[in-house]
Amino acid sequence: MSPDLLFQYLVAGITYGTIYAIVAIGFNIIYNTTGIINFAQGEFVMLGGMIGVTLHAFVPVPVAIAGAVLATMLVGALIEMLFIRWLRRPSVLRLIIITIGLSIAIRELALLLWGEGVRALPYFTGTAVTSLAIGDVHISPQVLWVLGISAVMVAALNFFFARTLLGRQMRACACNREAAQLCGISAKNMVTLSFVLSAGIGALAGCVISPITYVQYDSGTSLAIKGFTVAILGGLGNSMAAIAAGLLLGTLESFSIWVMPAAYKDVIAISILLFILFVRPSGLFGNAEAARLKDY
Amino acid sequence: MARRRNLPIVVLALAVIAVHLASAAAGKPQYLTQLTMAGYYSLVIVGLTLLMGYTGQISLGHAGFFAIGGYTSGLLTTYNLQGGGAFLSLLRATGLLIAGKDLYGGDLLVMRPWAACLIALAVTVGIAYLVGKPVLKLRGHYLAMATLGFGTIVYKVVLGSSLVGAADGISDIPAFPLFAGLAVTGKSALRVQNYYLAWGLVLGAMALLTNLIHSRVGRALRAIHGAEDAANAMGVDTARYKLHMFVLSAALAALGGVFLTHYNGGIGPSEASIMKSVRYVAIVAVGGMANLWGALIMGVLLNFLSLRGSFGSYDDAVFGLILLAIMLFAPDGLLRVEMVRRLPGLGRLRGRAP
Repeated sequence: MSPDLLFQYLVAGITYGTIYAIVAIGFNIIYNTTGIINFAQGEFVMLGGMIGVTLHAFVPVPVAIAGAVLATMLVGALIEMLFIRWLRRPSVLRLIIITIGLSIAIRELALLLWGEGVRALPYFTGTAVTSLAIGDVHISPQVLWVLGISAVMVAALNFFFARTLLGRQMRACACNREAAQLCGISAKNMVTLSFVLSAGIGALAGCVISPITYVQYDSGTSLAIKGFTVAILGGLGNSMAAIAAGLLLGTLESFSIWVMPAAYKDVIAISILLFILFVRPSGLFGNAEAARLKDY
Repeated sequence: MARRRNLPIVVLALAVIAVHLASAAAGKPQYLTQLTMAGYYSLVIVGLTLLMGYTGQISLGHAGFFAIGGYTSGLLTTYNLQGGGAFLSLLRATGLLIAGKDLYGGDLLVMRPWAACLIALAVTVGIAYLVGKPVLKLRGHYLAMATLGFGTIVYKVVLGSSLVGAADGISDIPAFPLFAGLAVTGKSALRVQNYYLAWGLVLGAMALLTNLIHSRVGRALRAIHGAEDAANAMGVDTARYKLHMFVLSAALAALGGVFLTHYNGGIGPSEASIMKSVRYVAIVAVGGMANLWGALIMGVLLNFLSLRGSFGSYDDAVFGLILLAIMLFAPDGLLRVEMVRRLPGLGRLRGRAP
């Protein structure tokens, strides 16, 4: 294995890892405000990509992406208001099954609307064969778009949660729901907002990655599992750790093609998920002391 | 009590006979084929009901166990062992192998179906034990994701392995001869016999499970479902009970898988897909979670309609929407114990337990 090839694999791993991290952050935002694992998270990514491609038939790429993100945010809001908001003290099992049902419903609806075809947005700059050469290594400009947009997205989220009133209200709800409500924060609206945010970043990720990975009605499922793996790997609820975990998983997966057939790529990710769940459910960066007080 | 408990079993047996007579009278014997298949799927469903409804542990990977059973048996009865080796001649001496001719007249040496069936069950139980031990320590979302992960691994492995036919699956799986000319096969000459065989198995499973849930074990399980920590404090070995129920339900799923595979003469990766696992969970939920009879009735009904193609290309969508609707509006299921109790004459059918 030459150093160039090594670097090439690394770049591929980082690209996928970034997307996994974004999906994981989507999981974390909803989990933090509600304690729900949204099994339909991958479907947000798929919807974003699909709507983006559809809109692109009429408008230029940036407008199509903005439209896709807004539309998916609307879907996120509708899902929360129609299916989650009015439940009174739902059990975890019930919520799991509801979000699974939602993911199936969205997927089947997508199949109905868009068929089984594989779609993609065009490359943001250049074409599929354009590449930037760094020494002997070739990188598609789209990879830089993925990394750049993801970095901006993470920075914006950080700013939102740390500096804005709305972001702080959401964090207050995540810390202590009752106390936040006593301070006059509408916990219900914060939950809706968490679905909207999570849908939005998922959709954006779906748009930027679609030129590389393509998007299909059922491409959300495996992304959801990978995203969840990353979320667990980093420690559920910890978005910064999710980025590190995402890059780790993406790279591991990318290098696993050396030792195993590509068909088993997903098996690697899920085996890591199971292993982490068994030995360290608090995640790589989680606090084991605090974890002992929690139920897994 | 015991007699009342067995009454539904007798009713089910009579219903099985009645359905046969009705389909014969209506001149639609082909219905029996789908009912046979639905019967085998029902084995998975009642097993999962025991796990989900009575023990309170979700599994999103039961299609994986079904597929492990079906694939193991299918592979062993079709994989040509023709060749050499000391181990092979030893196997041959035990009479576990059977020689035959393949499609082109070549020599074929495969495992006898009953041996393959036993191995398939043993393999499933072994895997269920190994997976269940760490997985069942988890709760809630973590348990759901872990079992989902297990199911996905099984699916990806059968889909990616050329040994088991990758996307095509295994076909030309031989019939499973049992005794006195009876064999698990899709041949229409043996349609009625196979119908009774499948439902005989379902009856056996129901008798086993209804007695189990009314025993000391059943009370322990309900305690675990109610409050695991409290049950633990009362001296119930919760980890052991959960593991045993997990393994038992996996074994039932594998049994269904083995028989259905021989009945269909083939198995494909779709049997291992996550949608199948979700479908089983949906049926258990519709049946009322902790309601073996409800799950059985809904299982037969929905699987029969699905196999008849009533849902067309919306098959998966139907099960997804059912799941969604039930969990939103009737989280205790459609067929509730209270409803059965309200029926005249059946008042004490299910005992006095609240």
